[in-house]
Amino acid sequence: MAKLNVNPTRMELRRLKTRLKTATRGHKLLKDKSDEMIRRFMLYIRENKRLREEVEGELSGALKNFMLARAVSSDSVIEEAIAMPSTKVTLDVSSQNVMSVDVPVFEITKQEGSALYPYSFATVTGELDDAVASLSALLPKLLKLAEVEKTCNMLADEIERNRRRVNALEYVMIPQLEETIKYITMKLDENERGTITRLMKVKSMLENKQ
Amino acid sequence: MREGSIAVVGDKDSVLAFKAIGLDVFPVEGEMQARETVHTLARTYSVIFVTEKVALQAETYIKRYKSRAYPVILPIPSAEGSMHLGLDGINANVEKAIGANVFVDGKED
Repeated sequence: MAKLNVNPTRMELRRLKTRLKTATRGHKLLKDKSDEMIRRFMLYIRENKRLREEVEGELSGALKNFMLARAVSSDSVIEEAIAMPSTKVTLDVSSQNVMSVDVPVFEITKQEGSALYPYSFATVTGELDDAVASLSALLPKLLKLAEVEKTCNMLADEIERNRRRVNALEYVMIPQLEETIKYITMKLDENERGTITRLMKVKSMLENKQ
Repeated sequence: MREGSIAVVGDKDSVLAFKAIGLDVFPVEGEMQARETVHTLARTYSVIFVTEKVALQAETYIKRYKSRAYPVILPIPSAEGSMHLGLDGINANVEKAIGANVFVDGKED
């Protein structure tokens, strides 16, 4: 591992030692953060998987019902029936902090219309009622899925980023600092020994002269 | 703060049903239209449901919003059935975060 390009002085040594201490502490903290993020991620991803499977099943069913309704009545009847929906779904959007990642949180604020079905029952068949009812019941779950899946996406990204940081500290920064500190210590010791031998030499020369 | 509306993008057969329950639907045809629609909607809507087909077509745009909190773009199965894009995404996330797929064969450990 390459050492840093610095002057072998005491001042530099002290500076590097502080940096090493900070790096080691940062490494430990980031590693702990990574562990906790993975734990949270596992919780979320399990829920994500469960919700995803449920939603896919139910949604396919609801959409199939709707297709059936379209097959029974003519296109124009269906389009007219749902052209003016009686409800309007809006969301309260905010964000929540999960392990320093801002993830979305929704709250459904359904503007209650007069009825769920925006059409007259006389014109369309029962299949459409079924489709609309099941889809409407599915919406909260769908939004929950959106929330959880986004959280998983963002957590996965953050975990990957964090892992890079941990590795950079562990395999690059810390070894580099340790190497450089060792190099400076050796150099300083060597200088010290050089000075002592020089002094001894001078002393013996002086004694020989007398 | 963006408004809390929900949009649905996809082929007409799949999205029309969502109109009945009060979501804003945008039927699209073809790749160009899919991309453009997703691109414009991403600025104003906070949740966008896209059918898996559209999700594939507009992949480059959707990726751009992956690391941000809003908008949330969620692939959903269309009327023709699921292509398991959602589950693939979950597995990709697991692999990215853990380094190995812990749900082997789709079963939990």
